[in-house]
Amino acid sequence: MKTENQKAWFFVLPVLLLVAFNALIPMMTVVNYSVQETFGDNVFFWQGLDWFQQILRSERFHAALGRQFLFTFLILIIEVPLGIAIALSMPRKGLWVPVCLVLMALPMLIPWNVVGAMWNIFTLPDIGLLGYFLNHVLGINYDMTQDPLAAWVTIITMDVWHWTSLVVLLSYAGLVSIPDAYYQAAKIDGASNWSVFRFIQLPKMKTVLTIAILLRFMDSFNIYTEPFVLTGGGPGNSTTMLSIDLVKIALGQFDLGPAAAMSLIYFAITLLVSWLFYTLMTKDDLN
Amino acid sequence: MAKITLSKLRHSYFPNPKSPSDYALKEIDLDWSDGGAYALLGPSGCGKSTLLNIISGLLVPSEGQILFDGQDVTKLPPDQRNIAQVFQFPVIYDTMSVYDNLAFPLRNRGRDENTVRERVMAIAEMLEVTDMLDQKAAGLSPDNKQKISMGRGLVREDVNVVMFDEPLTVIDPHLKWKLRSKLKELHQRVKATMIYVTHDQTEALTFADQVVVMQLGEVVQIGTPIELFERPAHTFVGHFIGSPGMNILPCTLLNGAARFADHNIALEGPIHGEALGKTEIGIRPEFVSLSDQGLPAVVTKVSDVGRHIVVECEANGTRISAVVEGRAPEKGTAVHLSFRQDMTRLYIDGWLASTPETSLEAAE
Repeated sequence: MKTENQKAWFFVLPVLLLVAFNALIPMMTVVNYSVQETFGDNVFFWQGLDWFQQILRSERFHAALGRQFLFTFLILIIEVPLGIAIALSMPRKGLWVPVCLVLMALPMLIPWNVVGAMWNIFTLPDIGLLGYFLNHVLGINYDMTQDPLAAWVTIITMDVWHWTSLVVLLSYAGLVSIPDAYYQAAKIDGASNWSVFRFIQLPKMKTVLTIAILLRFMDSFNIYTEPFVLTGGGPGNSTTMLSIDLVKIALGQFDLGPAAAMSLIYFAITLLVSWLFYTLMTKDDLN
Repeated sequence: MAKITLSKLRHSYFPNPKSPSDYALKEIDLDWSDGGAYALLGPSGCGKSTLLNIISGLLVPSEGQILFDGQDVTKLPPDQRNIAQVFQFPVIYDTMSVYDNLAFPLRNRGRDENTVRERVMAIAEMLEVTDMLDQKAAGLSPDNKQKISMGRGLVREDVNVVMFDEPLTVIDPHLKWKLRSKLKELHQRVKATMIYVTHDQTEALTFADQVVVMQLGEVVQIGTPIELFERPAHTFVGHFIGSPGMNILPCTLLNGAARFADHNIALEGPIHGEALGKTEIGIRPEFVSLSDQGLPAVVTKVSDVGRHIVVECEANGTRISAVVEGRAPEKGTAVHLSFRQDMTRLYIDGWLASTPETSLEAAE
């Protein structure tokens, strides 16, 4: 006879504790702040959903959200095709494979604030290699502390430089898992290079690409360190992404209530978009 | 459809091959006649897939030529050779429907949709997949996937040769038999030359009219299944084909007679060639019987394989198997073995060196 007991729950307990302390409890604190007003000394006043209303109606939030979506859209539309193209042109066999893989992985090994600092120095108009070259050799007026467009071009270039490798490595993993027979069969069937890409390579990369896009979306949507170090959100507010704005409200102005409400809205948007994307991409696999 | 000629074909995967062992294929001269059903049989690593890829054009041989109807195609890419190949693991375009999969080779060659529809429907009917045409190919079972990849080869009306590279590897045993007879039936209907690569002798012998046996990059024998069974040209063929394989007994030659364990063994006929190398007697277990007199041996193992019993004996340190109907002696029994004379061959250095009596008489 099968005896039933509930002892197995004890095995889940450590994980539950861990999740509680690193996610649930901090998150509840945020929820707590988001519905109350405080003037310090642990004195709280009930505020209801006022902070949420305030944030959702705030022009400042709309602007930051718009910049955030624009940034994420731009880097995805550059990094995904570029990553696939690089993965396609990488060798599949031979001595160059490890060389390429290590070269590809290098940018990702650099800490984020170092990336920001590197690019900051790199683009300085008077002493930076790129900044000097653009201003004094090519004669292009380039100064990202003055020109919002230059600032945008720089942070996008930096992100592409830093993160395209992720798309490359994941796509490459998908590509090398395709057995030779597929390419041979396609050759015999008279398929063009485009058909091979469209009907063999792309479908076989679909799963890893979904993961790559999802990771790039979440990371870029929550980006903070690099633009903070590079531009500090400027010139003006032109590169103030959601997370930079959030920190300004929370730690600069010490408006904990609105900041808490904003981070919950921010979190909900990230979650919703990720969920929508993943569900749409994997819809076909279910039936 | 075409006759395929391989002339002085050699291939090495090394850029500068030196010794013969550097070659995956050593000097192959072969003719495949138009419309024939061939099997390429040999153990893993014997070069059969290399040979197949050279015929299909996926590989350019280091030396030699491939001719289709006398026309040199050695350097032509696969899509210009009008060949079809079915691979070990079914190749399916996952995102396409079954119909689109079958239509793919025709559409790539710019056929109009009416022709495409006509051909696809004909092939689908032949393969019995008509009811699956609208389904997505990704969801099919392995045997149906393999049928579709076969279909993509057969859908082109101008195909010179269809090649199968161990196509039943991933198929469930009970479906293997069905698919194999389907293949045989297809061959009779489309009348294209077919080459079937396998290391499974049952598959080779049931599918092919002519079996090409390969070993270590060389063709050892070409023949009908019966020829391979009855007169293996090499001890390798004798051993590789048959279950259990041919008995090989090391022997000495004395005045034209073969001696094994101080017994004269009567051969099928006279020996040709010089008996300088290693001499061996070859006799299939099917032609060894237990009797009152003959070679003394001891039974070491008895296995009932269903239709008959395989009795393994040992004589003078050599293992000899016999296929026995009905009752078999127990392990440890002393027995005498007798060999059917017209099926007893002599091999010198592995190669067949005895000729049957009758053919000699005919020659005289």
